[in-house]
Amino acid sequence: MSQQPPPIEEQIEQARSPLSEAWEMFRRNHAAVAALVVLGLIVIGAIIGPFLYPTDPFEMVWAPFSPPGAEGFLLGTDYLGRDLMAMIINGARVSLIIGLAAAVVSIFIGVTIGALAGFYRGILEEILMRITEFFQVLPTLLFSMVIVALFGASLPMITLAIGIVSWTAVARITRAEFLRIRELEYVMASRASGVQNMKLMFRVILPNALPPIIVQSALMVGSAILFEAGLSFLGLTDPNVVSWGQIIGSNRQYILDASYTVTIPGLAIFVTVLAISLVGDGLNDALNPKLRSR
Amino acid sequence: MTFINTFATRVFYAIILLMAVLVLNFSLMHMAPGDVADTIAQSMGGADKEVLDAIRTDYGLDQPFLVQLGRYMGNVAQFDLGHSFFFNQPVTQLILERLPATLLLVISAQLLALFVGVVLGVYSARKPNGIVSHFVTFFALFGYSAPVFWTGILLLISFSLMIPILPVAGMRDVTIEGNFWVHFIDVARHLVLPMITLASIFLALYSRLSRATMMETLGSDYVRTAKAKGLSERQVVYKHALKNSLSPVITLAGLQFSAVVSGAVLVETVFSWPGLGTLAFQSIIARDTPTILGILFFSALVVIVGNLLTDLALRLVDPRVGGKG
Amino acid sequence: MTTPLLKVENLRIELTTRDGVAPVIDDLSFELGQNENISFVGESGCGKSMTALAIMGLLPEKIGRIASGSILFDGEDLTKASPARLRAIRGNEISMIFQEPMTSLNPVYTVGEQIAEVIREHQGLGRKAAWDMAADLLDAVRIPNARGRVSDYPFQMSGGQRQRVMIAMALACQPKILIADEPTTALDVTVQAQIFDLLRDLRKDTGTSIIMITHDMGAVAEMAERMIVMYAGRGAEIGPVEQIIEHARHPYTKGLTSCVPHIVSQLTEDRARLTEVPGIVPGLKDFGKNMCLFASRCNHRTEECLSARPPMKPFENGQIAACWHAEDV
Repeated sequence: MSQQPPPIEEQIEQARSPLSEAWEMFRRNHAAVAALVVLGLIVIGAIIGPFLYPTDPFEMVWAPFSPPGAEGFLLGTDYLGRDLMAMIINGARVSLIIGLAAAVVSIFIGVTIGALAGFYRGILEEILMRITEFFQVLPTLLFSMVIVALFGASLPMITLAIGIVSWTAVARITRAEFLRIRELEYVMASRASGVQNMKLMFRVILPNALPPIIVQSALMVGSAILFEAGLSFLGLTDPNVVSWGQIIGSNRQYILDASYTVTIPGLAIFVTVLAISLVGDGLNDALNPKLRSR
Repeated sequence: MTFINTFATRVFYAIILLMAVLVLNFSLMHMAPGDVADTIAQSMGGADKEVLDAIRTDYGLDQPFLVQLGRYMGNVAQFDLGHSFFFNQPVTQLILERLPATLLLVISAQLLALFVGVVLGVYSARKPNGIVSHFVTFFALFGYSAPVFWTGILLLISFSLMIPILPVAGMRDVTIEGNFWVHFIDVARHLVLPMITLASIFLALYSRLSRATMMETLGSDYVRTAKAKGLSERQVVYKHALKNSLSPVITLAGLQFSAVVSGAVLVETVFSWPGLGTLAFQSIIARDTPTILGILFFSALVVIVGNLLTDLALRLVDPRVGGKG
Repeated sequence: MTTPLLKVENLRIELTTRDGVAPVIDDLSFELGQNENISFVGESGCGKSMTALAIMGLLPEKIGRIASGSILFDGEDLTKASPARLRAIRGNEISMIFQEPMTSLNPVYTVGEQIAEVIREHQGLGRKAAWDMAADLLDAVRIPNARGRVSDYPFQMSGGQRQRVMIAMALACQPKILIADEPTTALDVTVQAQIFDLLRDLRKDTGTSIIMITHDMGAVAEMAERMIVMYAGRGAEIGPVEQIIEHARHPYTKGLTSCVPHIVSQLTEDRARLTEVPGIVPGLKDFGKNMCLFASRCNHRTEECLSARPPMKPFENGQIAACWHAEDV
């Protein structure tokens, strides 16, 4: 991306907090900033949308397959005559909440396992890495389908099912960071001065291992949203809750009559995940000092 | 040969992993509410407690967990994954009927993604500011962000409905008659859209990585040596640089096998491709637990074999793999 | 001397950097005769390797270019040669070995293939013949059990052996010129001596002219007839090795030769103390200035040195030095 070099006065280094420096780096990635704005709008829309647009997403409001714009329904109606606009707005909540919650679950599992493996080494590391390998062998979507099928499709179970199958990448990254940082001087110094293991792990090493974990976490939210969309597309989630994938799944037989009932919710997923991954790119620029000079 | 030893170790680990999958399978079955007896009772239209108990004794469900587990694993060793009450067929038979379709889809999509990805990656590495390079960046974002079933439906709408040049669904047209090649072309035509859809996720990944490694390789000392030997640009890029750039891409492809199988479940559903994915979907809707778990086992098997094949492929492009280097 | 094999005249190479264009080689001229060995000497960054890459036509694309001057090889100006013609010369008539034997060989091909490849390319030999010749070459560079090791991969060889492979590869087509860019820097001292022995013997057998780039004055004294001392992209002093070591005409050369006490002690009565050349090489942005670039580190410095670039001043014994005070040094 071409940029004008800033005037000399601004080039003079000022002492700045790491956070504002990171923001400075993030701001230079225009795509990431734009994506952050889009993402902000989506989140706000998901929170206050249902109040501004109170149509019930399950109610038949008009003739089925009314194209977008017809009779004041901005996005038209689906095969049951439900208002697609209302479905998209309400679906945003579910998609975002499950995406976020599942990402939190997988990050929690991944960081814990990665940190233990990287910190204690030895037999524990061996066991934990074998477990990680085991989870990598199971096709993630199939595994979570099985969990949902066997234990029910409530929102918490779906969240758990997604989180439990997608933590391996976080664990690998965390372990690698821990392996690197545990050998650094300041960790050695803390260790020598008798700091307890737990404190060493989570107060000394973890904060320094955070940048790549944060970037990965942003990506995790995106892939968790895609994951939820996949499950609900297959009709394996709670049928009483609208989500974007579910709209596509339930309308996909009718693509001949009303392709917009599939393209529009798909676009919503696409834009959201794209925005998240662009923000992740920006975070990478901001937090990864090795890449800064490039 | 050290390589044979390392490979044997890998195979050994693969078998351990498979056994772990079986333990997981069995535990899931055990933990899930409802058991085989309930299913049978359901299919009989309900039964009282005595009948249920009789069934449980018949099937050994009253035995301790470990005994049941041992018997389950013994059965699997004889390729017996149980009986599907929904399809009324042995699970193994059911799965083996569907497996070839999934393998065809998964392998062709992986190969397509690898081939096109590497070609795009190499091309854009040589012209980092060219149009192809920007295309790769854009496509990488699309491949990562678009839900694969949506991509599939968009392709379906475009190339089967709006411009009807490819079949809408299935793997073959039953009305077609003819020799092997007629059927071959029929299957190939059905394969095009599912294959492209599934490849789209991974194509982006591979092209991005091969661009990065290729750029690094092109700046390496041995590429300079190759130029100093008076070799042509083509030889320098495609003989000396490419072979070195392949191993990271192949490693990544190996790691993606499980994701490819996951993606195949969705793609098969969109295109009604008669593979394990649609079978999984049907059996989950029908709560056919033995079939579901059988599919989980077989898909793990596909991933593990895929990983072993990746090791062999790596050995082909890089002599240092498995050696002491 | 008859017509020189290689004649470089007023060569100027420009490198595009973030701060603008800098002449990394500025007005360099020298000659290389048949079966002659000359050495380029100087600190890193003074343009030795750049000169070698320019002769090979391998300047980094889009960054470096020959701005003016000529490189005449057998009367043919390489700066005007087509890419195809340059490819036909590279590895065939002029070949090069590099500093890093560990990374200069392609890790995924056998050493035999890497040697045979250059033979097939330039001599048009078939696979079998080229492979046999590769084995003979490995034998010629004194790799034990050459027939057995020809199908080894580079990672199965030591650093010294890899450099021998590089030499075999470079000599495969009996080139007229071999450029050796610090061929032993990355190797153990004992291995260094072996490689020098090998190069010397091969030269005797083949009559190949050698351009050796080094900062090892010992190697220069042992191997080369003439030396070119470079400083900041310019020639500082050119002449026969013994004479220069005996009586350097440029303060920089004097500093360099006195850095290596044993050479001086061998060749002169004067037991010089171990001195380093104080100061650092000027930055790229100063390279084009009309002054003596060594002035900042020189104790002979006068006003003249800062106001004009000194010309190459010839002496009767064949030495040429670019110093305003060459007579006084």
